[in-house]
Amino acid sequence: MTHAAIVSVLVPFACAALMLLVGDRHLRVQRALGLASCVTLVVIAITAILRTSSGAVEVYRLGDWPAPFGIVLVLDRLAAFMLALTAIVAGAALAAALTADPVWDTRGRHFHPLFQLQLMGLDGAFVTGDLFNLFVFFEVLLVASYCLLVHGRGAGRLRSGFHYVAVNLAASSLFLIGIALLYAATGTLNFADLAVRVPRVAAADAGLLHVAALVLLVVFAVKAAVFPLCLWLPRAYAAAAPPVAALFAIMTKVGVYAILRLQGSVFDAGAVGPWLLVGAIATAAFGALGALAAPTLAGMTGYLTLASIGTLLIAVGAGSSAGSSAALYYLAHSTLVTAALFLLADRIAAQRGGDGFRPSPPVDQPAVLGTLFLIGAASVAGLPPLSGFIGKLAILQATATTPSRPWLWSMLLATGLLTMIGLARGGSALFWKTADAIAPAARGGLPPLAPTVGLLALGAALALLAAPVQRFADAAAAQLAEPRLYASSVLRATDEPTARPLPLEPRP
Amino acid sequence: MMEILVAWTIGLLTACGIYLTLRGSSFPVVVGLMLLSYAVNLFIVATGRLTVGRPPIVAAGVTAYADPLPQALVLTAIVIGLATTVFAIVLALAASVPSVDDAVDVPASPREASPRR
Repeated sequence: MTHAAIVSVLVPFACAALMLLVGDRHLRVQRALGLASCVTLVVIAITAILRTSSGAVEVYRLGDWPAPFGIVLVLDRLAAFMLALTAIVAGAALAAALTADPVWDTRGRHFHPLFQLQLMGLDGAFVTGDLFNLFVFFEVLLVASYCLLVHGRGAGRLRSGFHYVAVNLAASSLFLIGIALLYAATGTLNFADLAVRVPRVAAADAGLLHVAALVLLVVFAVKAAVFPLCLWLPRAYAAAAPPVAALFAIMTKVGVYAILRLQGSVFDAGAVGPWLLVGAIATAAFGALGALAAPTLAGMTGYLTLASIGTLLIAVGAGSSAGSSAALYYLAHSTLVTAALFLLADRIAAQRGGDGFRPSPPVDQPAVLGTLFLIGAASVAGLPPLSGFIGKLAILQATATTPSRPWLWSMLLATGLLTMIGLARGGSALFWKTADAIAPAARGGLPPLAPTVGLLALGAALALLAAPVQRFADAAAAQLAEPRLYASSVLRATDEPTARPLPLEPRP
Repeated sequence: MMEILVAWTIGLLTACGIYLTLRGSSFPVVVGLMLLSYAVNLFIVATGRLTVGRPPIVAAGVTAYADPLPQALVLTAIVIGLATTVFAIVLALAASVPSVDDAVDVPASPREASPRR
């Protein structure tokens, strides 16, 4: 039993507690703690990837209670992959928050503790092996995200903040209903135990299970922002502080992760595949059209997030192992590039006094910013040779044999085209439609651009190292497609000598 | 009889909750979310099967038990629901009232700032 899973939850939690003790008056200490936490998480995630790449499933039993009764944290390939992505995006977002001018943690209170609690919720959601525990970590990350969303207050942020909170609270209620239904039908909430028990559910309870699966799908669709449950996202993300929006790029992926995690067991029994595909196609279309109409770069990036979610879910909805593998690769690509675009939008806005697509002062560093924008835009639109192209190609291949191929392919390709048109329009407005003879609104330096460059470089690395990354994604998808393996690793824990049978002595 | 009563209560609470959540201003929305979470809590308790007078913990000479897990789940759900509802109330207040000042004895204007007798 190794401690990697629990440490990835405890490190941000301990840092957040320490930061609250230190207080906002010692921002330097808080910043150092935050950076240290992010670096530690990156190291933990890399070791987790190395250890799970052999196919091992590491189980951490909280309180050493045997598996289906106690809560377990499970580290498999998928969890390690998501942990690594979270740590990288968090590091870049924190660096961007600290290099901005003025620094984001001075514009409101408790920025760093909230940031760490958000990380704790994300990491916990990825490593937990229990559905109710997943709900708890969802709430942790949502409460932190509510506060981060309204950080650096403003009327717009508060209003979109309330929408976001109301939608997510309603979704939480639905989540609990789904959990309760699932418990009523199967008598367990442990992922591993579910994989074993769902196929054995009595015919009389099959209806209950079906309803539970569909309710849970709606919940995860809200979290992943699937059309028509996505209307909260563009406004909230555009209103959030850019580093926070960059961190939120991973938050919508938690919903996709949950769908992937339950696909082998609960969702198969609930026959949710067709619903998922319809939602995915609608989301991709809505995101692409919204990106055409968005008036600012941050708003456009919000819609591009939606389009990428739609593309991802098309791959997930294919329901095959190849589809899950393609989805994982595309998930990494879209998270990195979307986060980079949110950060880049902030830099462009700072230098030309707003990121609206209308004539305004020229940017101070047209060559650097323009190149970065070009790389990001080409990657999002899926142009070769960048990571978006490889990801989309894998998705096209994975859906080649599905009966709904004409719909899926035309939507995937149309999304790419619409995205490209939207980004070309936005880019030419941002960099070429300048109000003449006006100096840039603000000087730009190179250090604030470092996080964006880092994220885009990682995106490029994803394209260069596509073969090993795809091998890992293939292996993770294979592990997901064989839930029995996962189940036996988790439930085997009862056979170990440390798990003694409970003494059943009568109570006085 | 008990089943019908519980089912009606959950249904009524959910209906009221959904109606209020769909209203246009923030106060009814918060109340609606609260009603929804009450309905959900009752529903979770009901998934442990509705029984009367059965202990949830192992004891001597008892053959029929109540399911303890939904009771543990509902406790967690109540705590989380309360906390998030409180947050929603504060956010709704902050969005509608420009400056929320909850200080009890801070004077309204600097002129009154002299210490009280």
